[in-house]
Amino acid sequence: MKKRTAGRKALYVILVVYAIITVIPFLWALSSSFKTLGEIVSGSINFIPKDFTLDNYKQIFTREPLFGRWLFNSLFIATIGTLLNLLFNSMAGYALARLSFSGKKSIFLMILAVLMIPFQVTLIPNFLILKELGWLNSYQGMIIPGAVNATFIFMMRQFFINFPKEVEEAAAIDGLGRFGTFFRIVLPLAKPALAAQTIFVFMAFWNDFMRPLIILSDQDMFTLPLGLNSFKGQFISFWNYIMAASMVFTLPIIVLYAFFNRYFVKGIKFTGDK
Amino acid sequence: MKMLSKKDRREAGQGYLFLLPALLVLGVFVIAPILYAVFLSFHKVELIGGATYEFRGLDNFMKVTFDDRAIIALKNTAIYVAIVVPTQTFLALVLAASLNAGLKGQKFFRIVYFLPTLTSSAVLTLIFMWMYNQNGLINYVLKFLNLPTYNWIGDPDVALIAIMIMNIWATAPFFMVIYLAALQDIPDSHYEAAELDGAGPIQKFWHITVPNLRPVTSFVVVMGLIGTFQLFDQSYIFSGGSGGPNNSTLTVVLLIYQYAFKTLGTMGYATAIAFMLAIIILVATLLQRKFSKEESLY
Repeated sequence: MKKRTAGRKALYVILVVYAIITVIPFLWALSSSFKTLGEIVSGSINFIPKDFTLDNYKQIFTREPLFGRWLFNSLFIATIGTLLNLLFNSMAGYALARLSFSGKKSIFLMILAVLMIPFQVTLIPNFLILKELGWLNSYQGMIIPGAVNATFIFMMRQFFINFPKEVEEAAAIDGLGRFGTFFRIVLPLAKPALAAQTIFVFMAFWNDFMRPLIILSDQDMFTLPLGLNSFKGQFISFWNYIMAASMVFTLPIIVLYAFFNRYFVKGIKFTGDK
Repeated sequence: MKMLSKKDRREAGQGYLFLLPALLVLGVFVIAPILYAVFLSFHKVELIGGATYEFRGLDNFMKVTFDDRAIIALKNTAIYVAIVVPTQTFLALVLAASLNAGLKGQKFFRIVYFLPTLTSSAVLTLIFMWMYNQNGLINYVLKFLNLPTYNWIGDPDVALIAIMIMNIWATAPFFMVIYLAALQDIPDSHYEAAELDGAGPIQKFWHITVPNLRPVTSFVVVMGLIGTFQLFDQSYIFSGGSGGPNNSTLTVVLLIYQYAFKTLGTMGYATAIAFMLAIIILVATLLQRKFSKEESLY
């Protein structure tokens, strides 16, 4: 019995130490975002700011007038991109799971094959195609190429295969057509699968760095990761501003996580089962 | 009979209609680009005004062997993969096993551990650059512990290590969650039987937890390989896009980016390197699969 409690204590030590290691960078960033430049430059190591100030958060929006614009761009692209993914992936997954037509199997195999292509291979041709379409520096150039995700088509297919057929049959008896059934009955019942998708797709759009770096050269069109990078270049030693900007950027994801927390682990589990 | 075929045809039409957006997007932005990439990799591409192509056969693929920067990038990436993948996998496993021991406060730890996964690579890199500052938090702690301090960002000997530490820290918790899900599927009876045989916690970890998790480990390693071979964001932000100091943070994907978008006339070459990277990732994945299968025979 005594040995057991010793073991438990050791485990707690591991967990607590690692929790501290995880939290410290965030606390340090948060604390720096409330410090004055003087305190940042002095190099003093204190987590509680000496002169607590909210000024940095005001300054980032006034000193960099585009900051609000970048925030909007990121929100807009991630939101529309996520909605399109939810719709298109579910539609494709539903067709692959529930409808019978010739060529279905080869389409499914093609989607599986797409999963294995590393994105660097398609990156350069994608740039050239977007250039040809005149979609560089545009919202559609950022959204449309990512509007479908093979992983989640696959996930939705698995979900709909296990979906009770009776529900659809009842809807058909009530006189709903295929599309009515899908949009009014099936999709609302797919909420758990959609929630898991929402957080992953939103995060992928929101955090993406490489695609915007290549597609967007016009400062007005920047998303936050790019904006943050150029902001860092401009205000290289103003770490109080850089940390405040970083915090503004992180908040929406944490809010989203708080809402969808439950589905998050499920989503990861799914990726694990694949 | 005729009725049925009409119904069938209608269902086929509906099927394609449901698939249409997905097929269009994947066709234009994934399938066509793969074919286009094959074409590009055999050509010298000039992007002045419109694009012009000049057939070069296998030149782009041969060029890698005498391109010093490509060799450096490959070496950096290989070192990075070789250190980060085993470390983060082991760390994730230890954390998951600890968290699964049925202690109080599991939920709290899980939420805390998840913060890095939620945060974007750009933000994480900036936070770490601030901590890696010459008179920043990390050097302060090192000095406090009487350890040597480093110029983490400016010294070519440690810059890549700085990125490794940051990414292990950021990625391990994500894999921990995958392990955690699998751990819950190991039946308690296995552990009880081992306890009867007098096995301690460490022995139970090595003789029951680790072997039972082998398929998940295989998955975690493959995901880790794919992710680490593609290191880009952190290197780019850390070095301001150059891969410096002295090419010490130059990765293969950063090199692809530079050749494709920063220097003229090397877009075809960049595509060829991208193909080679894809093949390296594929081979590494297959080797790992084969290796872990052979191991599980015992």
